[in-house]
Amino acid sequence: MVQFTLPKNSKITVGKTWPKPEGATNVRKFQIYRWNSDDGKNPSVDTYFLDMDKCGPMVLDALIKIKNEIDPTLTFRRSCREGICGSCAMNIDGINTLACIYGLDEIKGDVKIYPLPHMPVVKDLIPDLTHFYAQHASIMPWLETKTNRPAKEWKQSIDDRKKLDGLYECVMCASCSTSCPSYWWNGDRYLGPAALLHAYRWIIDSRDEATGERLDELEDPFKLYRCHTIMNCAKTCPKGLNPAKAIAEIKKMMVDRAV
Amino acid sequence: MAYLTDRKRAQGTGSGRRGTLHHWQMIVSSILLVVVVPLFVVTFGAGLGGSYEETLAYFGRPFPAIVSALCLIVGILHFKSEAEEAIEDYMHGVAERLTVVAVGALSYTLIAVAVFALIKIAL
Repeated sequence: MVQFTLPKNSKITVGKTWPKPEGATNVRKFQIYRWNSDDGKNPSVDTYFLDMDKCGPMVLDALIKIKNEIDPTLTFRRSCREGICGSCAMNIDGINTLACIYGLDEIKGDVKIYPLPHMPVVKDLIPDLTHFYAQHASIMPWLETKTNRPAKEWKQSIDDRKKLDGLYECVMCASCSTSCPSYWWNGDRYLGPAALLHAYRWIIDSRDEATGERLDELEDPFKLYRCHTIMNCAKTCPKGLNPAKAIAEIKKMMVDRAV
Repeated sequence: MAYLTDRKRAQGTGSGRRGTLHHWQMIVSSILLVVVVPLFVVTFGAGLGGSYEETLAYFGRPFPAIVSALCLIVGILHFKSEAEEAIEDYMHGVAERLTVVAVGALSYTLIAVAVFALIKIAL
């Protein structure tokens, strides 16, 4: 049965408030989720203040500044700093997005930062994405062929290549899947928007020869049909992709081959 | 706790090989309801306000009776499918199965009662 309230040890408490920077006139307040599995305490929200005249424009700039100059224990993932690696996905101002490409000027008032929702937390802003990655692996995200390998290359027409646009750009940041209520309730069995978008990317690849097997594997009330077209995935995707459309296309293919 | 690999946990017992028919039936019943519900509202509305005898005579005519029957049967079957989806979303295990059976029994009972009532009025 679905739980509608947080367990006692997950209830968020008020955390530490760090001092304001001295002499700063352009100060902004940051409220950041903190949790450490080692100290046995409940999660808390710490409050930090930054001098915005000495801070970069993106949320990730602020996080790095906090870690470098105020609190080195603050933990988060980051790598490319330009929206390519998908590492810094987190819930900022109520929206799942990438901290590196989300501008501080897009947020009104205090900046509230939490880890991606409804995922186990490893520490602070780091969610455990083990199951998410295993689900991605389960859809066989590679070219499956049965014909003997051609001497040069698997050819693809320009039109067929265009079908992959809007799909191959996904960076697997998990913003979409963790914004999906169906994934919250049934994430153990429902593949979620990210894995299904990747599944569709290989289903419609003209070079792939396992289309039927891929559709067979997806034909399941939970793996695919838990998608109720809520559209949170498309709304939140920091890369502007539309996983809901990809899922709808898979459903259309299912109907086309069955009815 | 079971020592399962991440991949094994993600794949579970594999695909149930069903869902497409349910999805298609929901599309078909939705389209039917788009047509039938306005017809039902119009025909049912036209039959309101009359005396007992007038109402019996009105639903004794084939068109209002058939539209009412279609709306009730398709509507209840659509409700049953959608309720099952909601139950599968939020409940799991034995409780889920028992609730699905209960919703199915309730739906078929409602259809039987509706059809019986309509036949009794119409004939």
